Amino acid sequence: MSSATTPPDSDPTGRRRVHSMLQLYYGLNEEGKVVEQAESLDPCDINGPHFDPEVYLNKLRKECSLGELMDHESCTVKQIRSLDSDMQTLVYENYNKFISATDTIRKMKNDFKKMEDEMDCLSANMAAITEFSAHISGTLQDQHAQITKLSGVHTLLRKLQFLFELPARLNKCLELQAYAQAVSAHRRARCVLQQYSHMPSFRGIQDDCHVIMEQLAQQLRQKFRDGGSSAKDLSECVELLLQLDEPAEELCDKFLSHAQSRLAADLQGLEAELKDSPVTDTGGLVQKTNPGSNPVSPSSSSTTNPFLSPSAGTDILEFIDRGCNEFVSNLCLVIASYQELFINRPQEGELASKKIPEMANGKLHVFVDTLAARYFSLVERRIQEEKGVGDNSLLVRALDRFHRRLQAISKLLPGSAVPSQGTEIVVRAARERIKQYLSALQTFYHDSLTDVRQALAAPRLSVGGTSASGGGATSKDATPSLPELLTSLSNFILNQLKSVLASVHLFTAKDITFSNKPYFKGEFCSQGVREGLVVSFIKFICQSSRQYCESAGDRGGSTPPALLLLLSRLCLDYETSTISYILTLTDEQFLVQHHTPVTPVTALCAEAREAAQKLLNHYVKVQGLIISQMLRKSVETRDWVNTIEPRNVRAVMKRVVEDTTSIDVQVGLLYEEGVRKAHSSDSSKRTFSVYSSSRPQIRYAPSYTPSAPMDTSLLSNINKLFSERIDIFSPVEFNKVSVLTGIIKISLKTFLECVRLRTFGRYGLQQIQVDCHYLQMYLWRFVSDENLVHFLLDEIVGSAAHRCLDPSPMEQSVIEVICERG
Amino acid sequence: MEDDAPVIYGLEFQARALTAQTAETDAIRFLVGTQSLKFDNQIHIIDFDDENNMINKSVLLHDAGEIWHISGSPAEKAVLTTCYSKTSESRVLTCAAVWRMPPEWESGSHESPDDSSNNPQTLELLCHLDNTTHGSVACVLWEPMGDGKRVISLAENHVLLWDLQESSTKATISSSATLEGKGQLKFTAGKWSPHHNSTQLATANDTAIRGWDLRSMSQIYCIESAHGQLVRDLDFNPNKQYYLASCGDDCKVKFWDVRHINEPVKCLEEHSHWVWSVRYNHSHDQLLLTGSSDSRVILSNMVSISSEPFGHLVDDDELSDNEESQQEDKGKEPLQDSIIATYEEHEDSVYAVEWSAADPWLFASLSYDGRLVINRVPRALKYRILL
Repeated sequence: MSSATTPPDSDPTGRRRVHSMLQLYYGLNEEGKVVEQAESLDPCDINGPHFDPEVYLNKLRKECSLGELMDHESCTVKQIRSLDSDMQTLVYENYNKFISATDTIRKMKNDFKKMEDEMDCLSANMAAITEFSAHISGTLQDQHAQITKLSGVHTLLRKLQFLFELPARLNKCLELQAYAQAVSAHRRARCVLQQYSHMPSFRGIQDDCHVIMEQLAQQLRQKFRDGGSSAKDLSECVELLLQLDEPAEELCDKFLSHAQSRLAADLQGLEAELKDSPVTDTGGLVQKTNPGSNPVSPSSSSTTNPFLSPSAGTDILEFIDRGCNEFVSNLCLVIASYQELFINRPQEGELASKKIPEMANGKLHVFVDTLAARYFSLVERRIQEEKGVGDNSLLVRALDRFHRRLQAISKLLPGSAVPSQGTEIVVRAARERIKQYLSALQTFYHDSLTDVRQALAAPRLSVGGTSASGGGATSKDATPSLPELLTSLSNFILNQLKSVLASVHLFTAKDITFSNKPYFKGEFCSQGVREGLVVSFIKFICQSSRQYCESAGDRGGSTPPALLLLLSRLCLDYETSTISYILTLTDEQFLVQHHTPVTPVTALCAEAREAAQKLLNHYVKVQGLIISQMLRKSVETRDWVNTIEPRNVRAVMKRVVEDTTSIDVQVGLLYEEGVRKAHSSDSSKRTFSVYSSSRPQIRYAPSYTPSAPMDTSLLSNINKLFSERIDIFSPVEFNKVSVLTGIIKISLKTFLECVRLRTFGRYGLQQIQVDCHYLQMYLWRFVSDENLVHFLLDEIVGSAAHRCLDPSPMEQSVIEVICERG
Repeated sequence: MEDDAPVIYGLEFQARALTAQTAETDAIRFLVGTQSLKFDNQIHIIDFDDENNMINKSVLLHDAGEIWHISGSPAEKAVLTTCYSKTSESRVLTCAAVWRMPPEWESGSHESPDDSSNNPQTLELLCHLDNTTHGSVACVLWEPMGDGKRVISLAENHVLLWDLQESSTKATISSSATLEGKGQLKFTAGKWSPHHNSTQLATANDTAIRGWDLRSMSQIYCIESAHGQLVRDLDFNPNKQYYLASCGDDCKVKFWDVRHINEPVKCLEEHSHWVWSVRYNHSHDQLLLTGSSDSRVILSNMVSISSEPFGHLVDDDELSDNEESQQEDKGKEPLQDSIIATYEEHEDSVYAVEWSAADPWLFASLSYDGRLVINRVPRALKYRILL
């Protein structure tokens, strides 16, 4: 009826609708609140509760035309009619139901009346039965009391008989060794005997029993002491003794001391093994000596390295195995049986009050702790003997087994400190191991460096000269070139490090029981392996490299320069790639979670770079010093005033050029070329002509004219104003040109300073001219900025001219001829 | 407050020899000896007027030869020694002589400074330290704080102790010692110790530093390989009798306690080329001056090994009257060993540096191109040291 226009539907659906409408009217809502809310407010909604006929009518009148109104009216009338008929139907239906209900109630009333009569009859019968039963029990009362009394007497007699027979029975039990029966029999009688001990007959029995039981206890004790009996027997013994009021404490002590003697035997066995092993260890050490053939080849270096395990009498795994199988398992057995005897027994009666479990537990802990301490000290001694870092898996497996077996104790003895102590030992062993690996790596590094040193020192066919230029004819045994040495060295170190990492990694393997201890998850990885091993090793490399600079600095180059160069390159390689590679590898392998601050990669790289820089600077210094020394000797030892006219370039200069060339080759093997200043000329000729024709004439021609002594210094000062200040011993860059520039700078500056300390004759000056020209011809190609060489050489010639008594320079063409010839 | 700019004076000739006029304690005066093979050599007397920041110079002729070393008498202002090289018969020999400045040089220079360079007066020769038998002289040392009667000359491998008599007109060798052994034995430098009653001498040859007792003329200590390369110069700490500074071709400056000669007490490595000269300040021995052929002069503050109590700078004497300033000092950080300043006014190798004898806050440095630079200790530091 929501829409007024729809006519009433066919019968069944119409009924349902009517039904629902009625429900709505009476406030019974099937469809929930949504409907209610929807229809609630509109006063024009004919079905709504707020329906206002006035408003509705007004609205209709306003909105609808006459026709529509008519339609509406007829529709409404129709609806009212159908509603009326519905109401009638409903009234009829309900009326019928009401009538049938009245009928039913009437019927029920009749039935109840019948039932009431039957119930009354039943209660009468029950009363009769009760009466009879009371009567019967009254007649039987007397006889029952008599029977009870008789049965009481019977049991008493039985007990008495038991008591009188007791001594005999006990004796028999004793003979048959049926101790348990005897004890139980005695226990049953004991209280009674105690109670009636004032009667002489009972007293006699009691005394007899005492004697017998004493005997029995003696026998039990004896048996207990003998110890040869099985655990089950023992426990039975203990149980019986306890029941015989034997003091539990004493029993515990006895039991433990007995166990101790057996366990001590195990420990002694282990100790004996320990004492044997050092002897065999030294044998192992002897084996380690280096047979010392070509040490750089990987095959033989394996014999030199310290990663060989000492061939001890028994390896550690065997030792631990033995310890576990004998000592630990026996200990477990003892603990288990002890607990069964003294602690876990259900306590009954007076025994419970003595607090045996607490006392016994305390004793057990002390016992286990002392024994475990001895065992641990043995194990630790054995672990400490494990110096060789060869096969780590053996140690790890041994430790694993050790640790695993101790878990059994922890299960048996929950509160014990033993497992945690065991874990501590494992942790300590792991720490120790890392230290050993570190020192082994360090010695390995030193050894490899010694090898490299030997290889460098060996038949020095000049590392730069022949071996670099191919040396195809020479056999493969010839000294390896620098790059080969470098790669082999760095590979050795890397491989060694990797293998160490792999070995250490065993500690954290999944199947190892202690690997999930917090230490091995966290600190071991980050502090131990990463910091303690890898980072320390890298730092060690840097540090030892730096030491090469310092120790050799003062006391004359004890380190071959080539080694310095090699190490510098090594450190640089570490800086650029190796360090991050190693650390990433470590982090990945060990899943290092950095709870604690760790050394960042950048800091290590910076350190490596610093070391590389220092080494290279030192290399430059050393090489510069060698050449300087030659130049200095050559200047200082000559009598420059009385020298003869120059015909040749002095041999020293040729040596200088030669050495510089070989240094150039040497550095070139390891370092990149580097950048030169743009205007590098492709022939020495051209720069030479610039140098010779224009500059020197401007520069020192005026100084020969006596009138103007100021000009020289003025000119050179002006010149200097425009040229940059030259730092002689300045840090170099990591490339060949920079290194060579550094070396040449040092050499030429030395030359200059030495020249300034001497006085020259005419030919002395000319010789210097020739020498400088020769240097000029060859050195420019090595440096980044050839102007630098020009400048320094100009300065040398200029200074020589100043220091000359008779400054008449040689013709440029003559100089050229001499130089070209030489 | 601004530090005064350095004062620069240029000589026409190249020069290596520089000394303060030791006996002069009023005026700030330096003596520079030139090196020229072609012209007459000169000694420039450079007076620095501190108030006007000006230089007054006078020139004396030194026609004997080019000057390698110069040193003034501690007793008489006008007396000085030079080591000069003399070429004769194509042989170069370095000789030494004692000279007296003519008495009029001072007045003459003030009246007409321009004339003085035109008509320079000549030094008056007092006597030669005859060394024909001993070879070239490396340097001549006056007895420190002495009466100007004793000098030592180092000639090749000989130490010669001279007595000057008859107002320095006669020199006689009173004793001598000779260094013998293998290797390079030529002395390169030396210093007469002002301590121990002036009975000790330190010399340098090659890489070794040796100490000598002048009473017995025997070696008392020897620091082998004191430097990686040649030792160029030495100086004694004026206040700590066992302390010695040395410098050399390994670019380092080292400090030694001569009682423990195995290791240097300290080592500085600030220069980038050979260090040619090292000088302690005469009154404040934490101030150290070094000159190097990297054309730099470096003033360092070596508090930790100076006679000043390290950590607090107030003398006990001053404590009473400077109660307040001490309070202030407590707020300040104690001075650390550090470089105070690097002076880059030179463009050629600096071969000599010298503190003024009159003003402890002033020093001069001389480079090969003849440039003399006079500098002061930065004021801030000066006040920190004084207060």
